[in-house]
Amino acid sequence: MADKIKFAFLLAGGCAGCEMALVDLSENLLDALEHIEVVFWAPTVADVKYKDLEAMADKSIDLAFVDGMVRLSEHEHMVRVLRAKSKILVAFGACASLGGIPGMANIHTNDELFKQAYKDTFSTENPDGVYPQPQYFLDGKYDLTLPAFQDKVRTIQDLVEVDYYVGGCPPHHSFVAKAVEAIVTGNLPPKGSWLTSGKAVCDVCKRNPANEELERLPVETVKRTVDGMPEEKGCLLQHGFVCLGPITQGDCGASCLNVNMPCRGCGGPIPGIKDYGARAVSAIGSILGSEAATDSLLEKFPVLSKLVYRYSLPASRLKSNVR
Amino acid sequence: MDFSPNIVGFACQWCTYAGADLAGNLRCKYPPTIKLIRVPCSGRVEPEYVLEALSRGADGVFVGGCHFGDCHYKEGNYKTDRRMKMIKKIVQEFGYEPERFRWEWISGAEGKKFAEVMTEYTEELRKLGPNPVKEGGK
Repeated sequence: MADKIKFAFLLAGGCAGCEMALVDLSENLLDALEHIEVVFWAPTVADVKYKDLEAMADKSIDLAFVDGMVRLSEHEHMVRVLRAKSKILVAFGACASLGGIPGMANIHTNDELFKQAYKDTFSTENPDGVYPQPQYFLDGKYDLTLPAFQDKVRTIQDLVEVDYYVGGCPPHHSFVAKAVEAIVTGNLPPKGSWLTSGKAVCDVCKRNPANEELERLPVETVKRTVDGMPEEKGCLLQHGFVCLGPITQGDCGASCLNVNMPCRGCGGPIPGIKDYGARAVSAIGSILGSEAATDSLLEKFPVLSKLVYRYSLPASRLKSNVR
Repeated sequence: MDFSPNIVGFACQWCTYAGADLAGNLRCKYPPTIKLIRVPCSGRVEPEYVLEALSRGADGVFVGGCHFGDCHYKEGNYKTDRRMKMIKKIVQEFGYEPERFRWEWISGAEGKKFAEVMTEYTEELRKLGPNPVKEGGK
């Protein structure tokens, strides 16, 4: 048998949920481990330091996953180093490929974010108004340099070339198994593709009216999930709940819809979409039945970008607030 | 130096584009600030196009379609209206002035209106100044 695949996993600005998704493979992961040698998995699993990665030879890692977005100078540095050391780099999960939930911060200024996080939150006690600093002189003798907070959230492909993308927040484990298998067997699509089925959530959704050959009707009343329980059957969009299923990749098997939650788009855009939120606007705009429905949608969602770009704001055309 | 705004315009071929044509035939004067792109229907204008133009430094984006009830495809312009309302909000949330994006219903008979709208919009954008993306180099 050929040599084992040298594998690296870097957690950038993520929550480690994607790494949990990989661990959730359970038996499948054990099978995969027969073909894989973990050379770097930081800072969560293996006891490997950043300097160890820096010391490795260029292109010595066969396969590297990155989860999380780029927010700190540390993330940027490590992503660049990992790119240089690896042959295949995979942006793993919604944050790495699209910016994810933390990306919503991009429509605020850093001042607003710091004020909220270190001053205004009611559980915060910070009478001196101390904010995070990249330089700190501790106890009069230690000169510390800490990762600097950058002016916006960026995705991995904003910095380096990415070979493959995997969507999901976190990626669904049955799908991760397929992706890992594709990589282990070398059965890969062209570079720059998403490792997905390419089907929309609606395609795999049990609630899709097309399954029962029902016609799609315009929506008159827009509802938020707090406005009541959706019915067990029928398309959520049809019931007025804004669901992003039509434009989202359905490798999750429509998991959210199965438990009566509308899709929020963590799977990433279906092929052919450049700007996720703009296409969401296009899709939602065409099912609204009247002026009144549009107005009520705008009223119910006071910050519309956070609905349509929930997982993809830094990957949008506008990227961040210009002011 | 006098600032001359760069406006990217999308015009439906049945109404607003014909209106622009008529403006020319009527010898109406309006500033040469708009670059008009003909589309089959204003409903064909993807919100992506608007955001793309703004993110690449257009000072203003204009979408023109038929009056309600006049759409060649019956309801294209209603969809445009609903989408554009949402896009206007998003554009604002990203820190752009709402005036940078505008849509109007101009029929094929309203050549004069087309010239007037363009003159007025150019003036409005001139007061607003260049697209912040260009200045800040973000």
